[in-house]
Order: sequence, then structure tokens, then C-alpha cells
Amino acid sequence: MKRNTEASQRRPARGLRALWWGSLPLRVLVSTLGLSMVLMTLAGFLLMRQATSGVVETKRQAALNEAANVYAFMQERLRTPELRGAAVHESLSRLADLADAQAAQYRVVIQGPVSSLTSTGIRAESVPAELRARVDEDQGMFITPTRVVFTDATTLPEPGWAIGSALIGETGERYPVFYIFPMTTELQTLRALQGAVIAAGVALVLALGLIAYTITVQIVRPVRKASTTALQLASGQLGERMAVRGTDDLASLATSMNRMAAELQQRIRELETLSTLQQRFVSDVSHELRTPMTTIKMAADVLHDARENFDPVTARSAELMNHEIDRFDLMLADLLEISRFDAGAAVLALDETDVAALVQAEVAANRSVADALGVELRCEKLDEDTTAEVDTRRIRRILRNLITNAIEHSEGRPVHVQVASDANAVAVTVRDHGVGFKAEDAARVFDRFWRADPSRTRIVGGTGLGLAIAMEDARLHSGWLTAWGRPGRGAQFRLTLPRESGHELTSSPLPVIPVDDTGSGVPA
Amino acid sequence: MSEAKGKIRILVVDDDAALSEMLQIVLRQEGFETVWCGTGDEALQEFRHARPDLVLLDLMLPGRDGVSVCRDIRAESGVPIVMLTAKSDTSDVVAGLEAGADDYVAKPFKAKELIARIRTRLRRTSGDVGNDVLSIGDLSISVSSHVVKRGDEALPLTPLEFELLLALARRPTHVFTREALLDEVWGYRNAADTRLVNVHVQRLRAKIEKDPEHPEIVITVRGIGYRAGETQH
Repeated sequence: MKRNTEASQRRPARGLRALWWGSLPLRVLVSTLGLSMVLMTLAGFLLMRQATSGVVETKRQAALNEAANVYAFMQERLRTPELRGAAVHESLSRLADLADAQAAQYRVVIQGPVSSLTSTGIRAESVPAELRARVDEDQGMFITPTRVVFTDATTLPEPGWAIGSALIGETGERYPVFYIFPMTTELQTLRALQGAVIAAGVALVLALGLIAYTITVQIVRPVRKASTTALQLASGQLGERMAVRGTDDLASLATSMNRMAAELQQRIRELETLSTLQQRFVSDVSHELRTPMTTIKMAADVLHDARENFDPVTARSAELMNHEIDRFDLMLADLLEISRFDAGAAVLALDETDVAALVQAEVAANRSVADALGVELRCEKLDEDTTAEVDTRRIRRILRNLITNAIEHSEGRPVHVQVASDANAVAVTVRDHGVGFKAEDAARVFDRFWRADPSRTRIVGGTGLGLAIAMEDARLHSGWLTAWGRPGRGAQFRLTLPRESGHELTSSPLPVIPVDDTGSGVPA
Repeated sequence: MSEAKGKIRILVVDDDAALSEMLQIVLRQEGFETVWCGTGDEALQEFRHARPDLVLLDLMLPGRDGVSVCRDIRAESGVPIVMLTAKSDTSDVVAGLEAGADDYVAKPFKAKELIARIRTRLRRTSGDVGNDVLSIGDLSISVSSHVVKRGDEALPLTPLEFELLLALARRPTHVFTREALLDEVWGYRNAADTRLVNVHVQRLRAKIEKDPEHPEIVITVRGIGYRAGETQH
């Protein structure tokens, strides 16, 4: 159960992973978005800092200038004759009222002899204690950043500049005056700027993503086309080519692909031509050799038939010649057959045929040879329906090779031929109880000119190519030809053929190891 | 094959002078009269002139090739044609058979083998077995006169095609394997090429069947061979 849940948890992760590595445009898109987002944030942050400090500095300068003017005006007013004599408090209050008229730009806090006068809207705490201390101590103008606290509790405190100085009265008494410049409009400007920067950043990031995606798709599309073209070439559609547009890298990819395809096509054509040449050569050799061979053979026959009229030496020579010409003929036929297989020129002439009938015919054809060597030749049909789609001539040749081979190596003991079938295959086994061969030679018996014991002479007079040809014939039918043998316990060859041509074999109706093999010694 | 007409004449068409001479030596030894022609172009003219009882025809010839010579001869005569071929398992053989050759001998062959093939093709079936008139499908066969008729219309068959049809008609219920037909009609005792049967059954069907695609006279028995169609009265 635990493993199940683990697996199900891992599956979406694996899906994402597959998606990530499965699409180049997706990877490029995500990477571009991520990196440009970081970059844009950084740039926006720097931009905002720069803008803020600029705005704040400008405000400071403006505030200082404004404060200096107002201060000069106030100082002068305080000393004008019409105010002379009036209570200081009153004059200060009037000045404060005058300043209030400019409330849009600044507020005033005047520290009178009795109480402080504060512009409407702001509270006296807006003036930092530090600034008050400095004004108290020194003559001159001082500026410091502050937080403007409003009387209206719902309005949040705002940053601003506080400028402090002291008005000098007629009598030389000091009245500290503070000008408060809130940065409300500047704050609004900066907020608007921030909004614009964020909007532009987001738009830019999205646009970058889109651009990156478009470019990737533009690059990926020809690469994908190249990939499908390569697949089509691999599947044998050699005429396939890519469209070349322009002179860029992608065009050179297409050009290279096309050149490769052309080279490939050329090579394959050359090979095909070579194969055709080879086939024609085999066919020509066959014709050229066979015609004189026919004449020689017929001439030898004539001489052989007339040998009774010759002197003994000539007569024996005629006999030898006739015999050896037959052998030569067989070998030539086998060699030509093998070269035909090598050239791939061998073709099947398929027919729905009863394989058992072919076996019986071949057994009957070889009975005289078997009788001459004193070998008992038995044939057994195990199943009723043994028809298959085969090339009769080739199957008969395989059977002939297997039967003569068995007779030759039987040492006079019986040779047993069995035919069986199942739904998909027909099998024939040829079993002898002769000399046999070593287990490791089971594959080598099909080698050309291979002999289990090189010192043995051939009795029946095979060419040494019989089993090799049989193997090629079986392969041509997509059939199996397997050998089993043990020294002194004989051998068994099994031919398995698919009932329908081209049908892949998976099993054989007959075992490859003979059922009568006792595992040791020579059967009685 | 009557002695009164004199010797049996065989036309040898082969471009190889040595083989042709050897063939003629052997054939004359066997009591045949021979005529030789070395090119494909002159073969038809020589055939008309010599009026042979059998033609031995090499498939590879300078000029007109053996297959077209075979087709030309077949167009005007049913005379037995035996092909000589160096390529026994290629499509050449089938092409030759389809052009009308009755049999073929693959080089290199033995003299005896060739003589046996020639004698089989010259053999005339006598009507001594059973009835003289047989029927198969809607055809009637007159054995002694070698005539096959559908109603009143005589069908032109070569001697080989006639024998093939006759073999089937003589045992109407029997299913012949290709090997059995090779034995009966071509005289092959054992191993032989079943393409001979296939091609000649096709040629025979083309001449006697109303619809060769759906044969009613020579019927294929899947996996075994052929049998005669039901007799229609």
C-alpha cells in the first residue's frame, strides 16, 4: 500500500519532469520569464530609489528657498511701525494667519512667548524636538526631515521637511518659527511613478517571454522538421528532402540534411547496382559453365556407353571420367546454388503442399541407396494434416540432404523420419543412430564443407554443401533447421516450417532432442 | 509415330555449336532425324520449312530469345517444345512455360534424361483404356481422334494440354496431386518441378474454361492438387 501511495505521489512529479524536458519552447519561456522578472524587479527598485531621492532633494531646495523668503517677510513685518506697540503675541498670530493663506505649500508653527501658534490641520509634534533644540541654541536656518502629523486622526502622518529659525523681536527676544513642508504631491507623484514602473515591468516581462517563445518556436520548427525528415529517411523514403529557406544556420542544417540524404541514396543505389551485378554475374556464370558442361557430360555418356568396345585402360578412363564429371556437376550445382543465396537472388515459389507427401516421396527416392548400404529407412506420420505453404523443390532438397546425410552417417543402423504438425507449424525430424557428433558442433554442421571427422571418406558422395544449402532453404521459408548430436549416440536433424509463409515460428511440434535417446551408449 | 512416315524429325535451336553437334550425335544415335538452327531469328523460318515433330529450344539465343521463338511457334502449331535452360529456378523457366513450352531440361543434363523427356512428349496416348469418348464438365473428349468439343465447337488444344485434360477426365472423382500429374502426363517418376503443372493448368483453363478465374472443369483442391469438374448433361 505504502509503495502505491509513494508511486502516485511521484507520478505527477515525473509528469512535470517529462513536460520540462519534453519541450524546448517551454523551458526557454519559463527561463526567460524568471530571469527577466528578477532583472525587472532590480531595475525598478533602483529606478524608484533614484527618483525618490531626486524628488526629495528638489523639495528640500524649494522648501529652503520658500522658507527663507517667508522668514525674511515675517522678520520685516515684525519690525514694521504699524505693528509696533501691538502685543507681540498678536503680531505673531497675525503672521501665522498670513502664512496659513499659503497652506497649500507649507504650514507654520511659531513659538510665541505665551503659547505656540500652529497652522490649522497640523499638530505641533510635527516639529522634531531635535530641531527645536538647535533653533534655541543657534541663530540661523536649520532643515531636517520630519513626519508631518495631522490633527485629523484619520489622515496618516506624511513625510516632509521641517525648517526652523528664530524671529528676532524689537527688543531682541527670540521667537522660534518652524515651517513644515509636507511632501503630499511628491508622494503622489512617486506613487504614480511606481505604478507606471510596475506596469511597464510586467508588460516588458510578458513581451520578453512572448518574444523568446516565438524565437524558440522559429528555431525549433525547422529542427523538428529535420527530425521527422531524418526518421522518414531512416524508414527508407530516400526521396525525402527538407525545404531550404535563406542562408542562415537553419538553412545550412537543411542543406546538410539534404546532402546526407543524397549521399545515402547514392550509396544505397550503388549497393543495389552491385547486388544486381552480382546476381547477373552468378546467372551468367551459371549459363556459361553449364552449356559446355552439358556437352562434356553428353560426350562422356557416349564414351561410357561405348566402353565395352575400348581396350581396358581406355574403358576404365571413360568410367572414371564419367563418374567424376557427375561429381563435378553436383558440386557445380551446389556452388551455384550457394552463390545464388549469397547474392540474395534466391526466391521462393510457394505452394500449399502436403509436407508428409514430400517426405514419403523423398524416403522412397532414397530407399535404393539405403538398401544398398543395408540401412533400414522408416517413415512415420504423426498428425493428419501436414500441409504448409512451401517451395516444393526446396523442401524436397532439404529432405534429400537430411536423409542422405543420415544414411551416410548411420553406420548401417536404422534411420527414422517423423512428420508432425500443430496449428502453426509442420516439423520433420530425421534421426540416425550412427557416429553422431559433439554437442558443440551442433551449429557447425551447417558450415560449408564442414566434416565431423576429416579423415572419414564420403560414401554417398555429398559435396559438403548439402547441409549449408538446406539451412539457407529453411531460412528462406522463415523456418528452423536445428541439429542435435552426441558422439556414438547418433544425430537428429529437425526441420520446422511455418504453415503460412512469413509467419514467425515460436515453437515446433517435435522436440529437437530425440525421445529415444537413453542418455548413454549405443542403442541395441 | 508411325514408321511409314519415316524418321521422327527434331529441330534443335541452340547457338552453341559444340552442344548442338553433340545433341545431334546423340539424337541420331537414338534414331531421330535432326535439323539445326543457330539463331532465334531464323528459328521460325526453319520450323516452317522442316516441319519437325518436336522442337528442342535453348532459352538464351542471340537475336530473338527462346521465349519469343517459343511463343511464335506455339501461335501456329501445337508441336511439342522442350526447352533447354541453364537457369532452372529463375523466372525464365516460368516465362518459357507460359509461352507454351511443354517441358524443360535443365543444363547440364544427361543424354538419357533428354531422350526420356523427348520420348514422353512424342508418346501418343492410345484409346485402349476405357471408353473412346469421355466427358468432363460440359466438354466431350474423343480419345482416338484427339478432339475436345464444347457442343459442336472444337477447342484447339496442344497434345500436352489434351493429355492433361484426359488424365483428369479418365478418373473423374480422383483428386490428383501435382506430383501424380507430373508422373502421368510428363513421365516424371519422382522429384520434379510442380511449376510445370501450375503453368499448364493455367494455359489449359484459359482455353477451356468459360471464366478462367472461376474454373468449372479443372478444379483446384486446396493443399492437394486438381480434380475434374462435375459432368454436365
